[in-house]
Amino acid sequence: MRTVKAEEVTEALAKVAVNANYDIGPEMLRAFDEALAAEKSEAGREVIRQIQKNARIAREECVPYCQDTGFAVVFAEVGQDVHVEGNLTDAINAGIRKAYSDGYLRKSILNDPIQRKNTGDNTPAVIHYEVVPGDKIRLTFGAKGGGSENMSKQAMLKPADGLEGVKKFVLETVSAGGANACPPLVIGVGLGGTFEKSCILSKKAAMRSPFHRNPDPFYAALEDELKESLNKLGIGPMGYGGTVTVLGVNIEVHPCHLVALPVAVNVNCHADRHGEVEL
Amino acid sequence: MAEYILKTPLTDADVQKLRIGDSVRLSGTIYTARDAAHKRMVEGLDKGQPLPFDIKGSLVYYVGPSPTKPGNVIGSAGPTTAYRMDPYAPRLMEIGMKGMIAKGKRNDAVKEAMARHKVVYLGATGGAAALIAKCIKKCDIIAYEDLGPEAVRRLEVEDMPLVVVTDCHGGDLYIEGRKQYEVR
Repeated sequence: MRTVKAEEVTEALAKVAVNANYDIGPEMLRAFDEALAAEKSEAGREVIRQIQKNARIAREECVPYCQDTGFAVVFAEVGQDVHVEGNLTDAINAGIRKAYSDGYLRKSILNDPIQRKNTGDNTPAVIHYEVVPGDKIRLTFGAKGGGSENMSKQAMLKPADGLEGVKKFVLETVSAGGANACPPLVIGVGLGGTFEKSCILSKKAAMRSPFHRNPDPFYAALEDELKESLNKLGIGPMGYGGTVTVLGVNIEVHPCHLVALPVAVNVNCHADRHGEVEL
Repeated sequence: MAEYILKTPLTDADVQKLRIGDSVRLSGTIYTARDAAHKRMVEGLDKGQPLPFDIKGSLVYYVGPSPTKPGNVIGSAGPTTAYRMDPYAPRLMEIGMKGMIAKGKRNDAVKEAMARHKVVYLGATGGAAALIAKCIKKCDIIAYEDLGPEAVRRLEVEDMPLVVVTDCHGGDLYIEGRKQYEVR
């Protein structure tokens, strides 16, 4: 059985987390270029130009793209043939602690939703584990901003609501909260599963590049259709009015119960910061 | 849509000429406060305690910056979402605050208070935190240091790029701007 040391996990994740906060990455930059070309409002274009300039400064000067350096969300796909020497959860949290301290990232995590005391090191991360075939560990990190997270929603629709009900819920969610969530947005939609599964899928979808379509042609077409509908809402960059409200819509799907149609919409801002590492 | 160069402190006349969609380049002294600082300031006022800065003609920026790297003036410093400060903002307008800098929609009570007290709400580009930090030339923590990123800071800014998103004449760019581009 292959062995990975806990410290290797910590070091690798810390690097990914710092880098994701400084460098928004080539795919988001491409999305901004396309947004600038597509946006019809001058106020909207000015916002996009500022976003582009901001991305360059953050990358070149190694400073956070956004001051809200987020809740650390980690999707950990752990191969069933790999042994971690040490505690994997502790190693992941140590990586986040190191990143947020060494990288001058903001510590935004409170110990308790009611007592609200800052933990001081941005831990604990929210970790979603999945055991997969193979002997590798794949960590996908996302720095999830709080403002856009607050505009996210879940609904247990009736099966009779069907596809139209899903479209309506996505549109209503973005229509109500989009302006507050720092558009242009990346929208993650989790469809199916149970109540909690739909939310986790929506997070996974929100952390996917807006250029990677769902492999199922039906859902890929739905992603495109929803993107078009959402951009007709008129919210525009920063909500100032315009034709680019979303950079992309990503859908993740899971089988569901015969009485259920769960749908979750995770709203991500233009600071869609994520990164991956395989060990 | 006009372009204005504004210097702090702001007067009623400064505020009254501004209309939604106008661009503003702001220079001068502004103060930072967000959720916890607003709560403390307003609770202090209720007990008859003074605010940590001169509120007359002032602009308050809703921001919780990231930690400052050695050699820099401040960390990344983009706006936070404003609606969480809605319960506190009218109280500060009553005693002379002239402007708020943040992002996102305000409620009707805030908009009514803005019209009554001649106050402007200026939008900064959310997430453009490294860019905005470049406009901040000086930063001093002046109160509530224990609140960390939420402490009250006095900032000297130069040419901070802003947009009038809610004016004192009842205009709201989040409503009017969207109307222009919404396809029904």
